[in-house]
Parts: sequence; C-alpha cells; structure tokens
Amino acid sequence: MTVANVSTQGSEPVFHLIDEHAHPEGASTMLGFWIYLMSDCLIFAMLFATFGVLGGNYAAGPSPKDLFDLKLVAVNTTMLLLSSITYGFAMLTMEKSRVGATQAWLAITGLFGLAFIGIELSEFAHMIHEGATPQRSAFLSSFFTLVGTHGTHVTFGLVWMVTLMVQVARYGLIEANRRRLMCLSMFWHFLDVVWIGVFTFVYLLGMLR
Amino acid sequence: MFDNPELVKMIFGRLNLDALPLHEPILVGTFAMVATGGLALFAIVTYFRLWTYLWREWFTSVDHKRIGIMYMILGIVMLLRGFADALMMRLQQAIAFGGSEGYLPAHHYDQVFTAHGVIMIFFVAMPLVTGLMNYVMPLQIGARDVSFPFLNNFSFWMTVGGAVLVMMSLFIGEFARTGWLAYPPLSNIGYSPDVGVDYYIWGLQVAGVGTTLSGINLICTIVKLRAPGMTMMRMPVFTWTALCTNVLIVASFPVLTAVLVLLSLDRYVGTNFFTNDFGGNPMMYVNLIWIWGHPEVYILVLPAFGIFSEVTATFSGKRLFGYTSMVYATVVITILSYLVWLHHFFTMGSGASVNSFFGITTMIISIPTGAKMFNWLFTMYRGRIRFELPMMWTVAFMLTFVIGGMTGVLLAVPPADFVLHNSLFLVAHFHNVIIGGVLFGLFAGINYWFPKAFGFRLDPFWGKLSFWFWVSGFYFAFMPLYVLGLMGVTRRLRVFDDPSLQIWFVIAAFGALLIFLGIISMLVQFAVSILRREQLKDVTGDPWNARTLEWATSSPPPAYNFAFTPVVYDNDAWWDMKRRGYRRPLAGFRPIHMPSNTGTGIVLAGLATAMGFGLIWYIWWLAAVSFIALLAVAIGHTFNYHRDFDIPADRVGQVEDARTRLLAAGAQS
Repeated sequence: MTVANVSTQGSEPVFHLIDEHAHPEGASTMLGFWIYLMSDCLIFAMLFATFGVLGGNYAAGPSPKDLFDLKLVAVNTTMLLLSSITYGFAMLTMEKSRVGATQAWLAITGLFGLAFIGIELSEFAHMIHEGATPQRSAFLSSFFTLVGTHGTHVTFGLVWMVTLMVQVARYGLIEANRRRLMCLSMFWHFLDVVWIGVFTFVYLLGMLR
Repeated sequence: MFDNPELVKMIFGRLNLDALPLHEPILVGTFAMVATGGLALFAIVTYFRLWTYLWREWFTSVDHKRIGIMYMILGIVMLLRGFADALMMRLQQAIAFGGSEGYLPAHHYDQVFTAHGVIMIFFVAMPLVTGLMNYVMPLQIGARDVSFPFLNNFSFWMTVGGAVLVMMSLFIGEFARTGWLAYPPLSNIGYSPDVGVDYYIWGLQVAGVGTTLSGINLICTIVKLRAPGMTMMRMPVFTWTALCTNVLIVASFPVLTAVLVLLSLDRYVGTNFFTNDFGGNPMMYVNLIWIWGHPEVYILVLPAFGIFSEVTATFSGKRLFGYTSMVYATVVITILSYLVWLHHFFTMGSGASVNSFFGITTMIISIPTGAKMFNWLFTMYRGRIRFELPMMWTVAFMLTFVIGGMTGVLLAVPPADFVLHNSLFLVAHFHNVIIGGVLFGLFAGINYWFPKAFGFRLDPFWGKLSFWFWVSGFYFAFMPLYVLGLMGVTRRLRVFDDPSLQIWFVIAAFGALLIFLGIISMLVQFAVSILRREQLKDVTGDPWNARTLEWATSSPPPAYNFAFTPVVYDNDAWWDMKRRGYRRPLAGFRPIHMPSNTGTGIVLAGLATAMGFGLIWYIWWLAAVSFIALLAVAIGHTFNYHRDFDIPADRVGQVEDARTRLLAAGAQS
C-alpha cells in the first residue's frame, strides 16, 4: 500500500496502515553491510595515510628496492584477482540455484585466497629473515601493518567462506544464505579493491621512490 | 607451583599481588564502599529472586527501549564515578598551595585526571546519548525496533565491557597517567611501561566496537524503517540529529580504532609509529586521534541540539521555527566537524597557512550553530512557554552555551591559542560547551522522555533543586578557571606556588560541591518519583501535549511500539493527528512480527572483555582462549536461523484494550 493511495482515500485522512507494514527480513542488511564496509575502508584509509607519511622513513634500514620482489607480488595479485572472478562465478551459479556448482566455485575461491595468504606469509618470513622486521623502521612498521591488516581480513574472509559453505551444504541456498553469500561477496571484492591500492601505492610506487 | 616463576608468569602474566593497591588508603576505602554496595545489590537481587527476570527481560532483550534504558543506567552509574574523580581533583587543587602537597600523590592524581576525561566522554556522555537515541528515535519514526536488534544488544554489552575494564583498573593495577587522549611518546612503552595505558587501549577498543556497530544500526534504522509518509524532510529534528551523529560515529570511530591499534603495536610488538627514533612520528598520533576527536564532540552535542529542538517546540506550543534551516545547519556542522581537527594543536608548528585554514573553518562552525540558536529563540518568540523542567534546562543551555561558543571562537584564533593552549581557559571552554550543551541537553531529554519510558513524570521539586544546584554550580566551578587560564595557569597541575591563585581554586571547588548537590538531588528526584509514581502518573501517553510520534503510543509503549504502523503527513506528525481528530483503532488487530531475545550478545561481550583483560596483563593463554571462544560463539550464532516470532493478534488486542480502559478511566477522573 503506497502513501499516495492512503492519502487520497476520501476526506478522512488515514493515520495508520491496516495491513502489517512488513519490513522483509534482511531488508536493511545490504545497506548495513555497505556502511560497515565503508567504516572498514576508513581503517584502511588511516593505514594508507600512515604509510604515506612514514613510508619513506627507512631509518638507514632497507628500502622497498631492497625488499620487494615484484614478480612474486604480481603472482600474488593474480591469485587475489582470480579469486574475485571465481567468487563472481559462485554468485552467478547461486542465481541459478545450483548448489553444487556454487559450492565448487566457493571452494576454488577459497583455494586462491589460501594461495594469496600463503605467498604473503612466505614474503613476510623472507623479509623478517633478512632483518627487515616491523621493528626495524617506521617504513617497515607501516608496511607490515597495512599489508598485514589486509591479510588478516582475507583470513577472516576465508573462515567466513568455510562457515557459509557448511551452511549452504546443510540448509541449501535459502534466502538467508543467499543474503550472507552476497555480503561475503561484497567483502571479498572490497578486499580486492583495497589490494589494488596496496599493489599500486606500496609496491609499485615504492619501487619508484 | 608458586616456586616456579616461569610457570607463574605463564599463568598470570604480569599480574601479581602487588597489583592490588593495598598501600593506597583512598583506593582501599573506595573498594570497601564499592564492594559493600555491590554485595548489597547482589543480595537484594538474589533475595527477591530477580536474576531470572533480569536475564530474560533485560540482559538478553533486543527491545530497543529496554536497551536504551540500560544505556541510560550505565551512563548515570559511570557519571558518579567520573564525578568522584572531578571532586578529588578540585579538592587537591584547592589545598595544594604554600608548600602543601595536597592529599593526592602525583602517581594517583595523574590517573584521576585521565580517568575523569575518559569516563566522562566514553562512558557517561556516549551511553547517555546512545541510550536516548536508542529509546526515542525508533518511536519517533514509527518503527517497531531498530534494523538489527541483536546487534543493538551486542553493542550495548560491548560498551559495558569497556566500562568494566576501566573500572577494574581502579582496583587491579592502575589506569593511564597520560591525559585522556594518551599522547605518545608518554603513552609509549618506554615512559608508561605499566598496565595503565593498556587498560585505556582495550577499554576503548572493546567499547568502540559497540559504538561503531550501534552507529551502523541506527543509520539503517533511520534510512530504512521510517513510517510511510515520513520523508527525510518530515523527520523530527531529533531523528535528524541522530542520523547525523551516527554518520559521524561510523565515519570517525574507525579512525580511533586504527590509531589505537597502531599505539598497541608500538607497545606490544615494538614497532615505530609514534616513537622518536627509527623514523616514527609522535605528532602523527596527535593528528590521527583528533581526526576522530573533533567529530566526537559533535557526536555528543548534535543529539543534544535535537533534544532542545523537540523541547522548545513542545513547551512553546508552536511548530519549530526554521525546520529546514535547522536540518541544513545540522548537516553543515556534520561536514565541517571533519575540517577543524588541527585547531587542537595549533602549537604543533604547521605554519601560518595551515593554522589559518583550520582557524577559519573553526570559526565558520559558529555560523550554523548560531542559526540554530536563533531558531530556538524565534520558536519561543510569541510562544505560550511552559517552564517545565525540560524547558528550564533548555533556557539554561542557551545562556551557558553561548558563552562557551564565544570562548571557542576566541580559541580558534591561532595567535590567541598560542597563549591559551593547554591552559585552564581551554579546560573551562570545553567544560562550558560539554556541560552547558551536552549534559544540560541530556538532562532536558531525561526529564522530557522519562514519562514516556515509565508512565509517570519525574518529581518537579527535586528536579528544580537539581537544576539550580547544577547551573549555579557550573558557573562557580568554571568561571574561575577562565580567569586562571587567562592568567596563564596550565591544566593538569597538582601543586601551585603562587598563593594569589588559591582563592580561584577554592571558588571552583565550591562550585564542584554545588554540582555534587545537584547530582544528589537528581538521584533523590529519581527515588522520590518512583515512590510517588501514583501521583505523578500519566495515562494519556502524552503528558506534555507534544508534537512527535513517540507520544502517540502508550507510556510505557508496548513491546511492539505501535499496534498499527502510523502514516505521516506532517513534520509534527502527532500534532497533526491530534488536530485532525485522530481516533485510536480499537479492533482488527493483526499478529506482529518481532525479534526474539538472545543471550549471545552478553556472552560475546564477556569474552571480548576477558580477552582485553588477558592482553592487558600479558596473560596470553587467556587472550587466545577467549578469542577462539569469541569466534566459535559468533559462528555458532549464525547457525541459528530462527530469530523471530509473532505476537498473536489476540495478545495485541489484550494490550490495546487495557490501554483503552486506562484512557477511559483517565478521561473520567
């Protein structure tokens, strides 16, 4: 029942809806999740700003040129970008209500995510082994914090993905699960976008410093 | 077991018996008082077998009204703690002259002023503001609850968790000695190796999660759940200010979270964000925390402006003057609040151009604020003003806040700020706007909406007593600080040399004593009102002849708020309904869909608090176990797909019939 209908019902104004004015379950979820993502985006903005201010303070320690292996980072970036594409396929199959295919695409996405985390951790281990620890300089502090925060997000995304796969397996592609998959989708693509920022500003521009 | 220091350290971290402040008589006395009070409360609740009731009906409740009331109780309890700190400081400063060291050692005094600031902002003003928004806003927009009722319960308990951590620091270990924003390098591990700053960090982080989530929740509620016909420009002004405040919360609390994470990394991991060497930069902390800190003061004051708008219109019996300009002024303040953070540290040395920019943006904020002031004045102009308590607080606010605003514009001039920076003039200014603006607004709001929440008014006699004590106490307490600040006295000093200053501090202490009487009168007001609730009873649901939707339903409102969703045609929806002869529907009720209560919120917040405690004391196993449990419970909760139920139509009918009988009885008597 729209308001226009209500207000034109004769001269006596109608001050309440007779029918239950139902807000369908989860009607606010997408908006709420968007706002959450924007607040998370702000955390990343702070970390980017911190890196922008401190990223050149090597304190006579190693600089990006000494540390970064762009080929490895390129492989890593590919993993994450591919995982976004495969998540997209998962959503497409979800639209067609194909449970098996959705689960398969989610699993592939998870594997790409896992590969990303694995490469990142090995990169970190290598740097720390070389003495480029987070404690060494403000540049490294802000580098590890920014990239590490992104990695932590991806890890939580993976935990979430496994949870959702269990729930889809148990309850099928019901409305609530579709909504949850949609939220994780936004989360996953958001992390992808953040990573493009990391790749550009931290790695590529770092090599140019 | 205690012979093995390694094992003890593994189990207890750095927590040991020395952490109990047995050598500080003041704290032992406080502990005795708190423990006695706590035990008495526990005994009473147990004796009357109220635990099950409290757990089922309150702690696990997802009803925005109950959560709102719990927020208010938290805020008022913490006000007592924060004010005790204030009294101690005033007393110390009034006597520490002429070679006297006063009664507070430096170690303790520094904790007191830090705790006072932290508690008053995070655990008094924030819960009170959030509580009122939680209670009133969904009613004002004709909604049944907020968008995410479970999240609302969880947010509340996270706020409680933060408050619990800060209160714990009183008796286990110590609190930060850094001032309320914990600037490094002082707050870094080198200068604050003890647990104080860690209590600060984790107290704020735990509470901050709650605040951010509640911000998201309330934005969604306002955007998505308004009653049909209530366009954005028909929302009550309080709802508008709630919207702007929650936008500010979501857009600023993540900054606080991030900056506190960086400080924790410096302290726990040894990174170099805010250190003086290895390329760190302490001024970055100051910049980042004020990017949160300045919007924060508007988070507090905007809802207060909203309350004044509702109160002024209601008690002047007129439509609010300049509704549109009021809305735009609110939005402009929201945006400008992000462009002024640097005025908190003009002395950083960022140069004339940067300082000029921030000085000018700061001064510009006074324009929309002034517009609001005129709107309230014009609303009162030729109105039939009723000087009930909420209106008295509003008038006191208008007089007091203008003074604070003017000293604020004065401080916005960088050359003047170089002289007044960190002086008692600044302390007087921000107390002037926070007490005169936020607190007076909250008191107006409490007196205004109390009858809505409980069905009886607050006692006017004790309310007026409280009002006069508070207002006169405020002037006695803070006007001397303006004088002292102009004479160059800096803040946070513990002892003084110049005896000519003492009289001003004595006057300020007298003012604090008046405020103390004001707080006591307020508590008495609550007690007396509960005892006299039959005389103060209101059955109409609209005791003030008010204008907005929350007064359309009964007092207290039923769990579902409105039996039928209202339809809105006017800014003052309820006024419009009354004017056009609205008749309450008496039949044809439908089942109402409502969210179910859940204990998950309180469990999650408890685990988060335990994790914070583990991190503070380096009890790593506790932190790890609670973190894993936190994840497990959160994931477990998502497996529960049945989170709501229907209130059957005949139950709704019973509740509404009861109200019909009450209204009829009220009309006859």
